[in-house]
Amino acid sequence: MNATHAFAGLGATPFPPDIQDHLAGLNFEAAGAEKRKQEAESPVLELSGISLSFGGVAALSDVDLSVRRGEIRSIIGPNGAGKSSLINVISGVYRPDRGEVQIAGKRYAQVPTQKLARLGLARTFQNLALFKGLSVLDNVVSGRAHTFRSTFLGQIAGLGRSRREETDARDRASRVLEFLHLSDLSDRLAGTLPYGLQKRVELARALVAEPDLLLLDEPMAGMTATEKDEMAGFVSGVRDQYGTTVVLIEHDIGVVMGLSDRIAVLDYGRKIADGTPDEIQRDQRVIDAYLGVAAENEDGEGI
Amino acid sequence: MSDVTTDLPSYRSLPGWAAPLAVLAVAYGAVPFWGTSYLFEAILLPFLALSLAGLGLNILTGYAGQVSLGSAAFMAVGAFAAFNFNLRIDSLPLIASIVLAGFAAAAIGLVFGLPSLRLKGFYLAVSTLAAQFFVQWALTKFSWFSNDSASGVIDAPPLAIAGFVFEGPIGRYYFALTVVSVLTFIAYRLVNSQTGRNFIAVRDNETAARIIGVPVLTTKLLAFAISSFIIGVAGVLWAFAYLRTVEPAGFNLDRSFQILFIVIIGGLASIRGAFFGAALIVVFPLLLSRLGAFLFGDVFDSGVLDMTQRIVLGALIILFLVLEPDGLAALCDRTRKRIGTALRQS
Repeated sequence: MNATHAFAGLGATPFPPDIQDHLAGLNFEAAGAEKRKQEAESPVLELSGISLSFGGVAALSDVDLSVRRGEIRSIIGPNGAGKSSLINVISGVYRPDRGEVQIAGKRYAQVPTQKLARLGLARTFQNLALFKGLSVLDNVVSGRAHTFRSTFLGQIAGLGRSRREETDARDRASRVLEFLHLSDLSDRLAGTLPYGLQKRVELARALVAEPDLLLLDEPMAGMTATEKDEMAGFVSGVRDQYGTTVVLIEHDIGVVMGLSDRIAVLDYGRKIADGTPDEIQRDQRVIDAYLGVAAENEDGEGI
Repeated sequence: MSDVTTDLPSYRSLPGWAAPLAVLAVAYGAVPFWGTSYLFEAILLPFLALSLAGLGLNILTGYAGQVSLGSAAFMAVGAFAAFNFNLRIDSLPLIASIVLAGFAAAAIGLVFGLPSLRLKGFYLAVSTLAAQFFVQWALTKFSWFSNDSASGVIDAPPLAIAGFVFEGPIGRYYFALTVVSVLTFIAYRLVNSQTGRNFIAVRDNETAARIIGVPVLTTKLLAFAISSFIIGVAGVLWAFAYLRTVEPAGFNLDRSFQILFIVIIGGLASIRGAFFGAALIVVFPLLLSRLGAFLFGDVFDSGVLDMTQRIVLGALIILFLVLEPDGLAALCDRTRKRIGTALRQS
């Protein structure tokens, strides 16, 4: 119920309509409460036994990961540990050799990329993947692409449904831009913005889809310390205000420790630790594999 | 909180409808009164037909990012389809023939757009060459298309709509202008809609587009179909309003390249660009021949002219690609902005 209210800011629901109806119906049933509790505790995303290799090089081996509703779940690890591969498996860009991805109770050998938005998943990319030829506003509006049902003929005429869809998408996009303090830039071409702002526009484009689960692939990579703090603020803001579950891949350990509810650590494609930030900081294997390296080489952090 | 930098240029211009409306007013109201028949026959009619073809290709190549070298083939399909619909179905109004011709071109475009689902860039461009050669071959090989005319050249029917016949250069000019205006308006609406955003999304980042829920395959095929429709109608204008004859030879690979140059010179992903590019391509050879005749007299015969045209045009295209990859449309934007700044400062 909280989640529904939390989303009022976006004027939308955090879940696909069918689940939303389901939840609404359950509120009035005594028996439903139990079921709803289970649903809240059941993972939004669950990976089991994921293995992926590129021509003999194992990028991921036997990785399990479970993400609970409403948490900020981070995945860290040295370069080449398989973090981005993992996100690409979750979003269906790669097909794992073995293992399954379970999203909202459904199991997939390969997640259908073109249905991702409708499954309630949105993601950002490590290397910017904005549409450079579109304005900031249009980039964000395009994040609503999965909701458009009108045909191109209707859109040319601009009447009825296509008009409603267009206005609706623009309203939502403007609200997200406001939330991320990007309103002043909405007419600028996305390609002309500085790097840190482009990253933020990408977050806006993912957020406007109103996903259950937001996958962020190194959202703070290449940012200045100020920009990183700002971005961290936005990520926790997204979770707090909209109840969105966040999976975050990040290099910067400091930011991750402060931001995450639970952290999984990858090294050479294997998960070597999984727990709360405190547990991770005390874990000897993590210190050996990751933090130890960083400590010996402070200037070259994240090598 | 956000580090907004305001000194970078803003790319959205202010009055969207003022300039096109003024151009239309002049084109409809003023040009027919002082224009000579030479102006209409040699400049404005080919300009309108090529602008429309450029507009069609710009939707495919500029907006949706799919390179095509088969534009002339789709023009040919349009011209021959309109001719045959008009000839073989009695009492079919001309406007219906033209719309049906557009659909015929769209259907052919859709078929030759199928490789785009797997191919990109140069590989796709080469595969669209197949359309160019196949269509030209089919139209020459099967004389049915040209109504078994011995020479393969056929006369276009008169341009009549609801009993009103568009005769003479000015009449045909009005006809072409109206068709181009209507289709340009439709194209403008299209590229500013969700479908237009989908085109650009597919062009700029296909993976990201797929992930946010853009139906990538449908979008590509739609771009091919809509683009071919417009190019097909441009073919009808070329044959019916400008040349007054329909023959396959006019729709060869040279024409396809010409349309591609129009798009590149004018500006990719810009509606105005197609018109700027077409104006340059049409007017430039005429200017060159006048200038050549003026400077060199008889030495500058048609052979030399043809060669000079190719050399200068080639050099011009290279210059554009290097200096102004965004084309005349961007050049025009920048000039206007500079003048605006200069006026404000003075």
